[in-house]
Amino acid sequence: MKTEKKKGAAAPSRKSHRGFLGNLVYYKEYYLMLIPGLLFFLVFCYGPMYGLAIAFQDYYPLKGIGGSAWVGFKHFKKLFSDPFFVSVLKNTLIISFYKILVCFPAPILLCLALNEIRHLRFKKLAQSVSYLPHFISWVVVSGIIIEFLSPSRGPINILLQELGLEPIFFVAEPRYFRGVLVISDLWKSIGWGSIVYLAAVTGVDPTLYEAAEMDGAGRVKKILHVTLPALVPIITVMFIMESGKVLNDSFEQVYNFLTPSTYQVGDVISTFVYRMGIQKMQYSFTTAVDLFKNIVSFILVMATNYMARKTNDYALW
Amino acid sequence: MKKEKQPAAVRRKRKRSAEDWIVDILAYGIVLLLVVSILLPFMQVITISMSPASVVNKTGFHLIPTEFDFSGYRQIATDDNFWHSYLVTVLRAAAGTASGVLVTLLTAYPLAKTNLPYRKGIMMFVVFTMYFSGGMIPKYLLIKNLHLTNNFLVYILPCLITGFALIITRNFFMSLPPALEESAKIDGATNIQVLLKVYLPLSTPVMATISLWYCVHHWNAWMDNMLYVTKNSLYVLQYVIQTILANGQTADMEMMSDVIVHTETMKMAALVLSLIPIVCTYPFLQKYFVKGMMVGSVKG
Repeated sequence: MKTEKKKGAAAPSRKSHRGFLGNLVYYKEYYLMLIPGLLFFLVFCYGPMYGLAIAFQDYYPLKGIGGSAWVGFKHFKKLFSDPFFVSVLKNTLIISFYKILVCFPAPILLCLALNEIRHLRFKKLAQSVSYLPHFISWVVVSGIIIEFLSPSRGPINILLQELGLEPIFFVAEPRYFRGVLVISDLWKSIGWGSIVYLAAVTGVDPTLYEAAEMDGAGRVKKILHVTLPALVPIITVMFIMESGKVLNDSFEQVYNFLTPSTYQVGDVISTFVYRMGIQKMQYSFTTAVDLFKNIVSFILVMATNYMARKTNDYALW
Repeated sequence: MKKEKQPAAVRRKRKRSAEDWIVDILAYGIVLLLVVSILLPFMQVITISMSPASVVNKTGFHLIPTEFDFSGYRQIATDDNFWHSYLVTVLRAAAGTASGVLVTLLTAYPLAKTNLPYRKGIMMFVVFTMYFSGGMIPKYLLIKNLHLTNNFLVYILPCLITGFALIITRNFFMSLPPALEESAKIDGATNIQVLLKVYLPLSTPVMATISLWYCVHHWNAWMDNMLYVTKNSLYVLQYVIQTILANGQTADMEMMSDVIVHTETMKMAALVLSLIPIVCTYPFLQKYFVKGMMVGSVKG
């Protein structure tokens, strides 16, 4: 009996002759193992998705989703007439744009630089140091950066003063606030971000470099014509992932730097949702904000992935 | 360029050209600049944490300690809130990592079996959550409705596992040769025995990687504290540091009626103390993190 069943498992038409319940019984150990994990996703990932319904309601916590009145797209219409939301959306897009401009290419550049270093111990040490900030929470990173940019103790401000200039309170000055966000993100993520690229570089066939050398390529040419092309697939994948984050601003980062004096330039969607939703209890409106954000992000990832697949074979799916 | 081609015979030890110099200067320059700019802020924080107030309040560079005074550390040492939150965070990291790794393994293993029916659908069910989420408010309301607020479990359950760790683990299981399972089955092992006796001993590298990820996540988490917990005795380290940095002026700290003005040295001492476990363990564990990232770069 048992051997017969095994043969059935190997055959391609196994589904049809065992049926749904038959499958569940035959693979019962496996399905039992899946239960806790899938339950987690169901409750804590799909549960909140069900909760998105309140974006179309005037939600009252006491009445619940079942009892609150449906109002259709009222909150979405309100979105774009709300002056606060428009400025928040603008801030989010500008900060994301700066981050993509600076923080996306930086690890690639670092990878290329590390790849040219022949003192292995220095390379190892530099990598270890550069990964370190990745393991520190934004609470602590913001504490470190704010201290470092202090008007009276920060080295940058001391240098400014030596040059006869006024010290700048970077973190509280609206003009510099977005710069602080971008630079602190760079500080935290550049080293860790370079790992994936370095992994791709180690996969390059060394004979390619030898062949390039034979053809008279110098080091610049080898970087441009051997190393960089080898990185294109992973750059594409990383860009797809990054593009989905255009509206997914980093709450953990911005919240720790934001002060009322920098709201006008630094308030982003997630901090806005937190203030309006959790603190002022405008649940339905802020859920509409989140839903809008999530749908746009989702479409962006799909679209960039589609384009990546059209132009080359390196799409995520 | 033609010139470079000519001395083909001595190519192996050719003279360093101007190009070599420029590339070297740029490469070493970039890396050195990065190392220095990452280390300088740490040096300043450490210096301030162990300097007397008279030095701290002076304008000027504070990158290397000139005078020593550990009153900041003494202040923190007597702060019960700080140490209690340290304990909560350690407990949370231990419980969260153990349960997270267990559930990740249990979920990833069946999904690595290519002959498991409905496997594709289940994978899509998981992957979708990586690209779309309900957002902050619905999750907050859900946690409230589940009565998880002010409950230690709120630190564990809502972030039990991640789709990313699950896929890494599944890919690892799939990379092991299927002959392992077949031969064990021929010897009469059951599915559970195959997992426990064959696959589990082989999966220590991936377990190390994902347990480190979960552990770092739990050590650094503070948002769940801010959103779902108002009880002082359940505060986690990062959240207490946040309130210390904000000078005890945030709304959540109302219960601390005796407003302590935290000195700069005390704030920095708190930062240093929270960094010590990371800085001490990280050099030894780094390779596991990196290995995991490399596996992760293979698409799921």
